[in-house]
Amino acid sequence: MATTMITTLDRSSRAAARGLSDISIRNLFIIPTVLFLIVFNIFPLIYSLGYSFTDFRASTNAPANFVGLQNYRDLLNDPYVWSNFAITAKYVIVSVAGQLLVGFGVAMLLNRDIPLKGLITTLLLLPMMLSMAVVGLFWKLLYDPSWGVINYALGLGNFEWLADPKMALYAVALTDIWMWSPFVMLLSLAGLSAVPKHLYEAAAIDRAGPFYTFFRITLPLVAPILMIAVIFRTMEAFKTFDLAYILTSQPTAELISIRLYKMAFQEWQTGRSCAMAYIVLIMVLAITNIYVKYLNKVKER
Amino acid sequence: MRKLVTSVLAGIGLTLACGTSVYAQEKSLTIFWAEWDPANYLQELGNEYEKETGVKINVETTPWSDFQTKAFTEFNAHGDAYDLVVGDSQWLGAGSTGGHYVDLTDFFKKHDLGNVMAPATVKYYAEYPGNSGKYWAIPLEGDAVGWSYRKDWFEDPKEKEAFKAKYGYDLDVPKDFKALRDIAEFFYRPDQKRYGIAIYTDNSYDAMAMGFENALFSYGGDLGDYSTYKVDGHINSEKAVAALDAYKELYKFTPPGWAKSFFVEDNQAITENLAAMSMNFFAFFPSLINEASNPNAKNTGFFANPPGPDGDQFAALGGQGISVVSYSQKQDEAMKFLEWFIKDETQKKWAALGGYTCSAAVLKSPEFQSATPYNKAFYETMFKVKDFWAVPEYAELLQQLNQRVYPYMIGGSGTAKETLDALAGDWNATFKKYGRGQ
Repeated sequence: MATTMITTLDRSSRAAARGLSDISIRNLFIIPTVLFLIVFNIFPLIYSLGYSFTDFRASTNAPANFVGLQNYRDLLNDPYVWSNFAITAKYVIVSVAGQLLVGFGVAMLLNRDIPLKGLITTLLLLPMMLSMAVVGLFWKLLYDPSWGVINYALGLGNFEWLADPKMALYAVALTDIWMWSPFVMLLSLAGLSAVPKHLYEAAAIDRAGPFYTFFRITLPLVAPILMIAVIFRTMEAFKTFDLAYILTSQPTAELISIRLYKMAFQEWQTGRSCAMAYIVLIMVLAITNIYVKYLNKVKER
Repeated sequence: MRKLVTSVLAGIGLTLACGTSVYAQEKSLTIFWAEWDPANYLQELGNEYEKETGVKINVETTPWSDFQTKAFTEFNAHGDAYDLVVGDSQWLGAGSTGGHYVDLTDFFKKHDLGNVMAPATVKYYAEYPGNSGKYWAIPLEGDAVGWSYRKDWFEDPKEKEAFKAKYGYDLDVPKDFKALRDIAEFFYRPDQKRYGIAIYTDNSYDAMAMGFENALFSYGGDLGDYSTYKVDGHINSEKAVAALDAYKELYKFTPPGWAKSFFVEDNQAITENLAAMSMNFFAFFPSLINEASNPNAKNTGFFANPPGPDGDQFAALGGQGISVVSYSQKQDEAMKFLEWFIKDETQKKWAALGGYTCSAAVLKSPEFQSATPYNKAFYETMFKVKDFWAVPEYAELLQQLNQRVYPYMIGGSGTAKETLDALAGDWNATFKKYGRGQ
């Protein structure tokens, strides 16, 4: 079975002349990659699983003691950690929903013949190409209550975007929406341009209204590609760190990755932070699985 | 044949070149510190050392926000990238018990540094555990929190008159925390884009703790008993509660958006005409008397942290000692540098370059005290400073303080008593976890 999947080697090729078989060429390409993955991904992953059951601290010479499930029990009983998870969930929902709305909306607007379409699309893609840290620093200035452009333009006076405990998280989400809507837009544009034109013509002949056309033709056909955008953005939003870390220090905007960073690299609670990383990993896996199942369903339709 | 000869010669030349560069590398020391002006002064001092001995000194820096993380990542990996490190005073516990620092007790005794350096600097920058007589660092940069203020605003006759009419006493450098509060309130004028006071509020490292400590220590409170690790009745005492309320009260008079501020923002409050008074470490004051970095340089004055209601006067300690990294391959060379560094004439040079020397003799000298507008306030402060916990798990204690105090200070949730009771609970649990003082 496996051999049928490999394209057979051209007998006149140089590789064949050197006496390399199909299988040895396959191994030549795959084994280094697999080794690399094992050394740098799989091994640390398993090693840190071991650490998550100990009280190990990388900053001391004290030996690691096995503590069983103590770390997991403490973390899941810690109200601060739960609040970090709730904040992260809120952030993911707001930011991904915002990106979908804005990104898909802009794609709908661009999906027609307008002058300078190429230039406009390219310019709209710029935010996505900036570094997260740079975007964070820029938006910190834009949000500044004393001299920021946003308050000036909206006439909000001294409104404290990042210092207000209720607003800070939304301010970070807004920045994320600004930065990543172009990504959703790009994928949506690809999806929209792939919708066969004859379907719209048929709908027009049947005198279908714009809403009917949108919900019965456009959305179902673009849905699979939108789902891919949602999966990517959810995973990214779940692990957002730099943007939120630079923009605000409000506890109401402390995402799970920031808590994890502090625990691992400021407090050096290595064992406990490994346990926390595993909890986060399991959550991301679960959410992604649900999405993938749904994506497959959408594709079947 | 000719080709062969040329390549052999080239090979020999290359080997020699590499050889000499390896040799040159051996005669150098790398000192790791945070990225700020004193590190540049230390590099200049290092250049003097190179002139005298031929040993090159490289001062490597990283921004304050990841100074701790980067240093400990290197320590934990047992790396020898740094021969010496100018570490924060709180690191002593982690540095010494973790085996990252070389024990300097003998060096300390041989050179009688306990008397050569100012007592507070020896106690907080060098010794761990407290009163153990074991030393892990040489006090290098003395630092504490002080205040800068706008002399032109304070000395304006109209302001003086209005202030006296409102509060019944003269507008002057605050004599106690109450006056500090009154002046902050007096200058708080959002309609004129002028605000009363700039304080530390950032909760990502030790900013919030340092700011709160200024109020706490001057109100006669303390963080806990450093020898028994008892915190109940200390951090949540009546004095501590009053101090937290006083610190929160000051937050009302800060410029808008003052919820993540540390030394950069607090200096900006003076340079950008935002606040009448601003809390900051003395190490950041040199840029305030420099007209290139502060347009108000001529109108900026300085004062020490004022006393609390009962007359206690203390300030939160900053500053660092220099330690030899135990994984360094050049420890002997590093010790030679330290021997040179503690000499009186080196300490004088260090102070002249802009470093805050810890040498008692230099601090007491009239030349030092009159050299800058803030040196006298610095000298006075360095004899009444207190510091945060220096135990290896200090970062957890800091994080717990941030988690409890920040929502109360900035978000206004709960009361000061509830906040500090909860903090005492957290600290008790942490000390219990590490088996301290139980």
